[in-house]
Order: sequence, then C-alpha cells, then structure tokens
Amino acid sequence: MTDIEAGSRMSRVWTNAVLPVLGVVLTVALWWGITVAFHIDPFYVPSPADVVDSFMRTPQFLVEETWTTVQRVLIGFAIAVLTGLVIAVTLAASRTVERMAMPVLAAVNAVPKVALAPLLLVWMGFGDAPKIVMVVLLSFFPVIVSTMAGLTSTPADLRELARSLKASWWQTFVKVRLTWALPQVFVGLKVATPLAIIGAVIGEVVNPDRGLGSVIAGSGASNDTPLAFAALVLLAATGVILFYLVAGVERLLVPWARAISA
Amino acid sequence: MITIDGVSQTFKGRSGPVEAIRDINLSIAEGEFLTVIGRSGCGKSTLLRMVAGLLKPTRGEVRVAGELVREPRRDVAMVFQKPALLPWRSVEDNILLPVEIFGWKKADHRANADRLLEMTGLTAFRKRLPHELSGGMQQRVSLCRALIQRPKVMLMDEPFSALDALTREELAVELQRIHMELGTTIIFVTHSIQEAVLLADRVAVLSSRPGQLRRLVEIPIPRPRSFGHNAHLDEVAKVSAELHSLLLNDTHLPKTSTI
Repeated sequence: MTDIEAGSRMSRVWTNAVLPVLGVVLTVALWWGITVAFHIDPFYVPSPADVVDSFMRTPQFLVEETWTTVQRVLIGFAIAVLTGLVIAVTLAASRTVERMAMPVLAAVNAVPKVALAPLLLVWMGFGDAPKIVMVVLLSFFPVIVSTMAGLTSTPADLRELARSLKASWWQTFVKVRLTWALPQVFVGLKVATPLAIIGAVIGEVVNPDRGLGSVIAGSGASNDTPLAFAALVLLAATGVILFYLVAGVERLLVPWARAISA
Repeated sequence: MITIDGVSQTFKGRSGPVEAIRDINLSIAEGEFLTVIGRSGCGKSTLLRMVAGLLKPTRGEVRVAGELVREPRRDVAMVFQKPALLPWRSVEDNILLPVEIFGWKKADHRANADRLLEMTGLTAFRKRLPHELSGGMQQRVSLCRALIQRPKVMLMDEPFSALDALTREELAVELQRIHMELGTTIIFVTHSIQEAVLLADRVAVLSSRPGQLRRLVEIPIPRPRSFGHNAHLDEVAKVSAELHSLLLNDTHLPKTSTI
C-alpha cells in the first residue's frame, strides 16, 4: 500500500466513522454541560448520567419494551412498503385509476393520525393491531409518492429503446421502469422509516399497553422523567439503526444509482 | 431493401399543423450505406423514425424487404444519439437485452456477443457497468446491442454527435469497417459533412422546414476511406464543398407555401 492510498483510507475512516461518533459524543457532552452549568432539576431535564442510571435500574424491562416497539414498527413498515409498492404500480399502470385514487390517498394522508387513535381503539381494542395500523397509516404515503415518481421518470431514450425493440408493456415495466425507479423508491423508504417509529409511538402513547410509547406514557404518571428520557434515547437509537439498515440495503441493491446521479 | 415512397409527415403543433417532412422518395439498395444530412430541425430524425416504424407517415409508405412498415421490426435495429444503456446492467447484459426481449435463447447468441465485443475492443470491459465507460465506449456498446439482432438494416440517428471530435472520427472509421465486414444496409443521419463523406455510398441532402429531398449525392471514393492523408484528397474536397454549398444555400431557397 502506498502512502497516498494509506492516507486516503485514513481520511475515509475519519469521515465515515470517527466524525459521526464525534458528533454524537459532542452533543451528549453539550447536553450534560448545560444540565450541570444551569443546575437543571432532573425532573425537568435529566443529565445523561441520570438517564443511564434510569436505564441500568431496569435494563431487561427496557430492552423488552424496545423489542416490542421494534416488532410493531417492522411489521407495520413491511405492510406499508408492500401495499405502497402495489398501489404505486397500479397507479402508474393506469391513468384512470391514478386520477381517481390520488385525491383519496392524499386526503387519507392529510388526516391527523393522532385523531384516529381513539377510533382504532374502538375498532381493534388493545394489543398490537391498532399500533401496527398506525405505523402503516403514517408510513405508506411516502412509499407511494416516491415509487410513482420513480416509475414515471423513465428517460425518453430508454422508452424509445424499448419501443424500437417492440418490448411488451410488462417487459418494459420489469426490465426498465421498475429498476429505474428503485433509487427513488429508496428515497421514500428513508422518509418512511422515522414515520413508522412515530406511528408506533403514537399508538402506544394514546393506547398504552407495552412498548416504549407506553413506557413514556407511564413515566409521565409516575413523574419519572429520566425513564421517559431513557425511552426516548432508545427510540432515537432504533430510528438511526433502521435508517442505516435501509441505506445499507439501498447500497446493495442499487450500487449504480450514486454513480449516475453524480 | 428499403423504399420510401411519397412519405410526408405533419405534426399537430400548438399554433396549427407543422410540416416536418414533405414527399420524400428514396430507395436504398441492399448493403448500401446512405447518409441523410441536413440542418438541425430539418426532419432527418423524423424520417428515420418513420422507417423504424416508430412513427406512422401522414402520407406515403415505407417498405423494408418489400413489406410495409407498420411497427418496429426485429431485423431493423436502431442506434440512438444517446447510448440508452441500462445503468444497472453490465456491458455484456446490455448487449444481450434485445435477445431477452425477443425471447431468443441466450446461449445461441453468446458467441455472437463475444465476437461483437471483440470487434469493438470491449472484451476486457464486458463485466463493467456503463457509467465506468467513456462516452465513446458506451456508444460502442449500443452499436453492439443493435448488431446482436443480426439486423438487415441499421438506422442510426446522429449516433456520434454527443462525442468529442477525435472519438467521433475513430468511431466513424470503425463503423465503416463493420459495414464492410457485415454488409448491413445502413441509414445514418448526421449533420457532419465529414462523417457523411467518410461513410456514405450516397448522401441524401435534406432542405429545412419542411424537410424535402434536395439532392442525392454519390460519393465515388473507394473504400476503405480515412480521415486525414489519403490518396483521394481531391475527391473528398470536391464532394465536401458540394455538400457545403448545398447545405449553406438552403436558407436562400424560395419559401414554399405551407399547407
């Protein structure tokens, strides 16, 4: 390995690993510093140490609640992605359907989902179902919009190529349009990931049973702010991990996308 | 091989009909290399799209091998101005795309793909993705993709015009070699006089708006031809000058009445 290669590898490690970690560490330090400097009561804003303390008191409990929420997020997200893709493909295939369905979908998306939570309770009772439905409701729309954008953005030269080869609608769709749409689909997935987590938490806070949202709702009742913060930190960490998972899948599936958008 | 019989094309424009092509008659022999030359917007591409079966003539008809052209044919291959490669497919898989779409057996065409890769100097790049190649190499891939169809006719729509001057000349010389080797009938649209003179048996000069056949110019220079120094500089200069004046005088043509 030459010096230049070693140097560029070092700088890659620096930008891809060291800098993000440094950012997190600095943020936590800033948070800690403020709580100490201004003598903030842990009841209002607990310091990072209080939060870690709170977590260490019942680590197994919190990990289990995190897992409950993560399961709801993953199931709901999977349903949202599948239905979103199917709906988008249907809309992209037929202009008639698109014109009819789009306003309805946009209207559904515009309804404040928190307002639906009591209804979901009436319809589905307690348990996983209303939370999963909430996840789906929050995260399906970006998948539809981005997939449709991708499917309708096939470049003119590729469409002309398919026509000149007399490719069938299906062949053009599978071999050209769908793959071409993938980078845009992933934009939608990355927008939808945090929304999925927000959906699960709304469901759990409004209709508490288990999961981190229920922990937060319960900590309010028992004035345990550090516990609420511990739950928030776990939610944030979950969000980051899911986001990078989606980004990782994107890198595997569409390695060419970065190159052609550059 | 190809007969273009009284072909006209009128588009519906925003401010009334736009006449793109008027009454073109041409017949192209098997194995002939015909270049269509004209200024931008003279309807050269429109003419090519009608031969390809991508566009229906408003009047007149096009026949390939005696059959009326109503839709794209498998024995007619197109090469576009842009390489139009699928960015997620390797060079090799891009070349095999027509084979897949036609539902042919890939195994039957691999050897042909190998030969085409060899012929265009792409063998070492067969596993690469398009974005890893230069513009000239990408256009070579798109040429191979057209040739994998074993076309009787190749329709080329300014295929080298997005490339830098040297790559352009290189590819033109390569195309000449391929044409001599395979004997495919080619219609090649360009606005480069140099390219037309290097490649063509005959040059069809179109006038602008509407595109009409102004003159058919024979290029009697023996092949292989080359750019730069060669034994036929005088003929090249003479034909080039003739084409130049035909194209430049275009603007002084009396205005023909529109429909």
